[in-house]
Amino acid sequence: MASAAKKLLMDPFSDNNPVTIQVLGICSALAVTVKVDTAIVMTLALTSVVTLSNVVISMMRNIIPPGIRMIVEMAVIASLVIIADQLLRAFLFDISKQLSVFVGLIITNCIVMGRAEAFALQNPPKDSLLDGLGNGLGYGIVLIAVAAIRELLGFGTLLNFKIMPENFMGNGLVLLAPGAFIILGLLIWAQRTVSKYVEE
Amino acid sequence: MKALFDFMDKNIGPLFEKGGKFERLYPLWEAGDTFNRTPGDVTPSAPHVRDSIDQKRLMIFVIYALIPCILFGIWNAGNQFNMNNGVEDATLMTDILRGASMVLPIIMVSYMVGGIWEVLFAIVRRHEINEGFLVTGMLFPLILPPTLPLWQVAVGVSFGIVIGKEIFGGVGYNILNPALTARAFLFFAYPAQISGDKVWVGTAKTAFDNNPIFGTVAENVDGVTMATPLAVAAAVEKGGDAIKAMADQGFTLFNMTMGNIPGCIGSTSVVAIVLGMIFLIATGIASWRVMLSGIIGCAAMGALFNVLPLDNPFAALPFVYHIVMGGFLFGIVFMATDPVSASATNTGKYIYGFLIGALTVLIRVANPAYPEGAMLAILFMNVMAPLIDHFVVQGHIKKRTAYARALNNA
Repeated sequence: MASAAKKLLMDPFSDNNPVTIQVLGICSALAVTVKVDTAIVMTLALTSVVTLSNVVISMMRNIIPPGIRMIVEMAVIASLVIIADQLLRAFLFDISKQLSVFVGLIITNCIVMGRAEAFALQNPPKDSLLDGLGNGLGYGIVLIAVAAIRELLGFGTLLNFKIMPENFMGNGLVLLAPGAFIILGLLIWAQRTVSKYVEE
Repeated sequence: MKALFDFMDKNIGPLFEKGGKFERLYPLWEAGDTFNRTPGDVTPSAPHVRDSIDQKRLMIFVIYALIPCILFGIWNAGNQFNMNNGVEDATLMTDILRGASMVLPIIMVSYMVGGIWEVLFAIVRRHEINEGFLVTGMLFPLILPPTLPLWQVAVGVSFGIVIGKEIFGGVGYNILNPALTARAFLFFAYPAQISGDKVWVGTAKTAFDNNPIFGTVAENVDGVTMATPLAVAAAVEKGGDAIKAMADQGFTLFNMTMGNIPGCIGSTSVVAIVLGMIFLIATGIASWRVMLSGIIGCAAMGALFNVLPLDNPFAALPFVYHIVMGGFLFGIVFMATDPVSASATNTGKYIYGFLIGALTVLIRVANPAYPEGAMLAILFMNVMAPLIDHFVVQGHIKKRTAYARALNNA
């Protein structure tokens, strides 16, 4: 892969991660990370929405009048989110029930809108596709990491398989939103220590 | 002695100082050195106030103030055990031994695990080991039930030290009181071991617990169910009489003042806490403003609930009860006065203390999910303290600007 394309795809995993560096998409990162399976489905949903919305908006970038670009973006994203939501209801009904409103709320996820505004409007479809894929998965990797920690400490399971010993006592705090905040904070701390990123 | 010190200064000290072999371990050397003797290096020039009370002495004085609570807590844990497990040959001695066997491991784990974190952060961040931990490590065990599993003590104190204090930059920068942060963590993470009515009295579980030097346990029971005064008061049905319900369980005003009741290790006895309080106020270590306004706030909120026409027997409980029961008094004397997390201005201290007292009673009476409000009230006001200070300072500025303007115009 060309190095520029690789950078587009890989940057969001660490050096420019949407959650740990830009601190976007926190609301859903707290809400759907009690269990790993919901986090994985959420990752898939968000990744497909952000990738497709990036491609579609990038293809239309030369014909969108600047004055109404936000509305056009919203229309594209909302249509994609509704498709994702309907697909989940059709094929993964249980998990879709657990995710409840948070699939619908992808519409308001700052990452999707942010990538459309900041990247897709200025770049060709191929780059936008890689950028969307990278950002969706970069968000997902943090989501799944938080969910793995919460499920392991809270229920002693991973993907509903029992991992911890029989007498393991679940930690109630990590299942609450404050617990997710603390875990996310610690991840951000660890990630920024490794990548030596400093906020300016 | 002087020869020994000279030898250490010349030969051992330099190893730990900049450029020495063990430079990274300097915090350990510094802590051991200043703990055992007064360092020779002082700031030579003005304008420094010199006083015998430095941070080390300040923290040691708080530990002295806690001694009555610690000793009483040890006896009470043993006494509660012996009374409720049918130990017939219990004496004062076996009470103390039994209590010590329950309480000392908790204190030791708290100090050891917390100490490890403290040293680790001191070495990584290259600062000195702070004495504040002496107090945190002792306050934390005293607000736990005597039956808490030791691994939970370790997890709790780790959370309190790392999340409550070190990530903000260590002592002096923490927003919340670390000992209370640790307790709040355990309260939400493992509620079954820190609340309810099965955790306040220990039972014999191991061969060690059945050792005859602690007295003879007639039969081993699974758990002793003993509610705390707060739980009893909160459980009174509508139309009931809270005072009578409490007295039936032995929770009279007198017993709650003496403290021979089930509860957290160090916070049951009003007498022991008041001894510590007198010491703290006499030595000027802790703010009497916070304590006084806290007690006034608690009484005022209790009295307000008394006069409000509520059909709630807990609300009708005389306000004096709120002061003596639960962890309120311990909290307002030892936790709320923590100079780092409390308000810094004098006016701010009155507001801060008053609101802690009022919120404690409000949470106790109005929120049935949390029988004890003192912990949450203090943590909440810890967060609010900088805001209170901000408005107090702004108020001063406004007043003085107006005064200066008036002078100019005159």
